[in-house]
Amino acid sequence: MSRETVLHKVRSALGRTPGQAPAVAPPPLLFSPAMDNEARVASFIGRFEALGGKAVRVRDGAAARAWLGEFLGERTAVASNSPYLRSCGCADFPPVEVSKADVGITSADYALAETGTLVMLSSAKEARLVSLLPPVHVAIFPKSSILVGLDELFTVVPAPAESTSAMVMITGPSRTADIEQILVRGVHGPGEIYSVIVDE
Amino acid sequence: MSGSAPESIKTTIADPRLQLAIYTATGRLMQHRATSIAGDRLPQYQDLRTQANAVKRHTIENLDYYLEQFEAQVKAHGGKVVFCQDGAEVADFVLGLAKERNARLLVKSKSMTTEEIEFNERVEHHGLEAVETDLGEYIIQLAQQKPYHIVAPALHLTRFDVADVFTKKLGIEREVVIEKQTKIARAVLREKFLAADIGITGANFLIADSGAVVVVENEGNARLTSSAPRIHIAVAGIEKMIPRAADLAVFLKLLGRSATGQDMTVYTSFLSGSRRSDETDGPEEFYVVLLDNGRTKLLADKDKRQSLYCIRCGACLNHCPVYRKIGGHNYPWIYSGPIGAIITPQFHGVSQDPWLPFASSLCGACAEVCPVKIEIPKLLLQLRSDVTHAKQRKGEGGLERLGFNLLAWVAGRPALFALLGSLGARFMPRDKKTGWAKLPGFLQVGPLKNWISQRELPAPAAKSFRQLWQERQASK
Repeated sequence: MSRETVLHKVRSALGRTPGQAPAVAPPPLLFSPAMDNEARVASFIGRFEALGGKAVRVRDGAAARAWLGEFLGERTAVASNSPYLRSCGCADFPPVEVSKADVGITSADYALAETGTLVMLSSAKEARLVSLLPPVHVAIFPKSSILVGLDELFTVVPAPAESTSAMVMITGPSRTADIEQILVRGVHGPGEIYSVIVDE
Repeated sequence: MSGSAPESIKTTIADPRLQLAIYTATGRLMQHRATSIAGDRLPQYQDLRTQANAVKRHTIENLDYYLEQFEAQVKAHGGKVVFCQDGAEVADFVLGLAKERNARLLVKSKSMTTEEIEFNERVEHHGLEAVETDLGEYIIQLAQQKPYHIVAPALHLTRFDVADVFTKKLGIEREVVIEKQTKIARAVLREKFLAADIGITGANFLIADSGAVVVVENEGNARLTSSAPRIHIAVAGIEKMIPRAADLAVFLKLLGRSATGQDMTVYTSFLSGSRRSDETDGPEEFYVVLLDNGRTKLLADKDKRQSLYCIRCGACLNHCPVYRKIGGHNYPWIYSGPIGAIITPQFHGVSQDPWLPFASSLCGACAEVCPVKIEIPKLLLQLRSDVTHAKQRKGEGGLERLGFNLLAWVAGRPALFALLGSLGARFMPRDKKTGWAKLPGFLQVGPLKNWISQRELPAPAAKSFRQLWQERQASK
């Protein structure tokens, strides 16, 4: 069994014995910069749009629904099972396969102000593929979901694996620069991404 | 032991198109990195490097503990860890699983570790189809080449090269517009994603306390690879471990910025176990292959085990004056640049490519930009010493040793040293055009000629340092 062989080689290389406790690990380095709610929203929008995303700020769920209706027009859409989307009335569309839909609509568990990032935890409410397969992704979330950055995220969610098989951080539209370093959007994931931030 | 640098280096240096491609790409990456770590954007940059180094050192020095913790956590989340000693064992495992599950099509996201073990060749040999899905890797795979750069595998190819490859391999009309080429790849690969039985990713990090693999990328192909097929297998070197999810706050801030100057790559996936009972998509089976393939050999060497801290950002390649001249394909292994120059000899033994640790000016740019503070120049010096000792054991390098012994003998005799110095100053011929010293013709023979052909000798000053010093002391 290679398991025993590899572990044995590791231990003999390090001069350790089976079951030996590790040395004390350096404590995690997490910063906690203060940032008020308005500053978070402003920073998120700035970073998100610098990456090629488009952010929309609306007063409440009804305004989100109105914006979405106009945005979709004739396009087909698939929405996740998020209760937040439902509460905004942004969840019911004529059924279409997720791989064929024009637009994928989700909420976001968190957003990160410092980097313009959306954080999605896969669950019964949020499928992995809704934010991935359609060429356009729209995320609708309340402004209270915006954290400062990675440090706050891992303070709030220190053990993502306890609640989900996949926590995905999305920072801008899918992109590549693999040919001649020329930036192209929408390689495998959505080439267009929208954030609808709800004030309430 | 006579391995010298490949002749193809000369072709690379003489190719103006290739030189421009390498210089432009690496130059741009350098610039983006500098902007993203500047004091106004990331004031904690140096603290983050120090922390990253400390965490990696700690993890590597207690690796057996974290490997077992990781394994237990993967199991607790419904996955399975498979330890493999080498590439053959990885292939055996995947082939065995594919047979049991009746799987034929594999999609892959970019992974240097699977390149290292030539995974695709191994499984294709047994009738499986393994498709690379990162755009650069896909092009490279169609062109039947090796990656040119850890982060930008198709850095050396132009849109016209890509057009040729697509026309030839996909049987489509010639297309030279990059956006359209990307669309073509998206369409072809989308079909593969939806049809594939197994998705294979690498891992940028393994998180011991969570049993999670973390994959960073920009295109979305790694998300698709790990989410669409019913089986996900992550293949990772054992050194990719870090203790806690919270450590990612440090490593993610460093990785994207060091690699491409991005504050965050577009997608960062934190994946642990198979689809949970209430989740509606995601893989039904989740495996993590932990690969040794020579890493435990490096681990045993206290001085050099820091080579295993590497997070494969590629910053040392971009900043290396040697890589920027000779490119990626002249290095003997898929790991190129300064990091390649220190890990290749340790994996393969110093005798296989003895020229490699010497192909450096020791300028130190690599160490300065390394986000985990690997002391690359120091390791290069140690490897040079290892090469020289290996040569001695084989009775080679006698002439060089004689030369240095002679120098040591002269240098230990101040009067003789001064005499030879003043003779040199008076009689050394100079190049009329440049004013530099020129070794007299009778000395330009054999190894000395080779040595001098790549080096300029400054003209000796009229007065030696010791003369000047004595005069200065006397005038006080």
